[in-house]
Amino acid sequence: MKVEEKIALDAMKNDRVSHIQLDQKICAACPERMCIAVCPAHLYSLEETGEMMVEYAGCLECGSCQIACIHKSIDWNYPADGCGVQYRYG
Amino acid sequence: MDKVDAIIVGGGLAGLTAAYHLASAGRQVILLERGDAPGSKNVTGGRLYVEPIREYLPGIIAEAPLERHVVKEIITVLSDDASAQLEYANESWRREPYMSYTVLRATFDGWLAEKAGEKGAFVIPKKKVDALLWEDGRVAGIKAGDEEIGAHIVIAADGALSFLAEKAGLRKPLEPRSYAVGIKEIYHLDAGTIEDRFGLLPGEGAANLFVGAVTRGMFGGGFLYTNRDTLSLGIVVGIDDLSKQKNPIAASQLMEEFSHRPEVQRWIKGGTLKEYAAHVISEAGAGGIPRLYTDGMLVAGDAAGFSLNLGLTVRGMEFAIASGAIAAGVADEALTQGDMSAAFLARYEQKLRESFVLADMETFRHTRNVLENKRLFTVYPQFFSELLAALFAIGPGKKEALYATAKAVARKYILNWEGCKDLLSMRKM
Repeated sequence: MKVEEKIALDAMKNDRVSHIQLDQKICAACPERMCIAVCPAHLYSLEETGEMMVEYAGCLECGSCQIACIHKSIDWNYPADGCGVQYRYG
Repeated sequence: MDKVDAIIVGGGLAGLTAAYHLASAGRQVILLERGDAPGSKNVTGGRLYVEPIREYLPGIIAEAPLERHVVKEIITVLSDDASAQLEYANESWRREPYMSYTVLRATFDGWLAEKAGEKGAFVIPKKKVDALLWEDGRVAGIKAGDEEIGAHIVIAADGALSFLAEKAGLRKPLEPRSYAVGIKEIYHLDAGTIEDRFGLLPGEGAANLFVGAVTRGMFGGGFLYTNRDTLSLGIVVGIDDLSKQKNPIAASQLMEEFSHRPEVQRWIKGGTLKEYAAHVISEAGAGGIPRLYTDGMLVAGDAAGFSLNLGLTVRGMEFAIASGAIAAGVADEALTQGDMSAAFLARYEQKLRESFVLADMETFRHTRNVLENKRLFTVYPQFFSELLAALFAIGPGKKEALYATAKAVARKYILNWEGCKDLLSMRKM
């Protein structure tokens, strides 16, 4: 099963704005791009334009990406009141 | 500014336990939770050891909505294409009082929030705290959106990422080396099927730990717990190791591969995936504990780095409940004395030291260094697997004596200087 299909099973309430902001200048110079492997929802990808993208809507709010990003490109906040993933089992 | 007695940030086990006790003591308590309801942002492996926490949730723990009491521990050592399994069952675990229970956080935390509410705590969901309010250099409340709420004391129970502890200058930014990410899948199966499959009586549960090839040599392992009518299956992997892979494999891919292992399929086969969750876990042990208090504020639970990985047992929830209760006790005393200074709140740390929370964290201070040894996840599982393969194998011609076979495999893997060093390092556990 693909990870997108797994995330689709979760109860999510999407915020209109992203709670994750990337500093594209830092990302462009990043040799490791560790966020791609670390994110358990596999939300990070490198676009053909060379820009790093993050699909904030599927975020599981673990925060692993901002811990892994030692270059401090990721400005990560919790989604707004009542938004984001709502675990029904946890 | 008008002030309530206490504001608690975070509806997890630490925050809810603190709210329960402060409200029981007659204090005016507001607990703010950013999710839809307490528990909705929380994830456990998970299992709760009840003995350590009985005194911190007196009376009510007996009515808690726990899943199954664990009567069977299974350890599975995986190499790439083989596995060995050890099953330990203990008849005394089948009798009350039960030692540990499997648990699901949405249910459990929801229940604890109700109990805190019954005592008079205001548990307010869908409220994200953005910042602390300061007054003359002391914490004096919180900001949530445009709202400001003043409080004589704030308890930061805002989880492993604790932005509040960071904002209060109590901890440094989180380092990859000190954290692991846990990924968990929930599969639905009928209670009867679970009991048949694992050889359990109604209400009984099993725990299965997986080591070796699960994480491709990276720090971590796998777990499986039986709930009433679901299974919790997951992996834990060190964030530093995931970041430094030469040929990166996504964490989600590791989880997917793990769930397809035959050693896992035998348990989850026919189950329906219901939820996919992730959460970070502090692996730093005692070394990862921030400053626990400042003027007007205490830090409890995961926010205070209270989690302990001992390889075969991983604990966090008991520490959260105990530290929440202890924080509430100290906050109540501080309110009575009218003294919320750091000097007075220092007794919080003292009381944690007298309890199992900091005592256990201290006893196992060096365990992390032992568990960080990559050979535990590579060489040893491979050795074990090859040893069994050699002992069981019958090929053409003459078979070597068992001792000679074992010695040859051991020489290849562990009878060397590295193995000797590993043995010495185990003393630190």
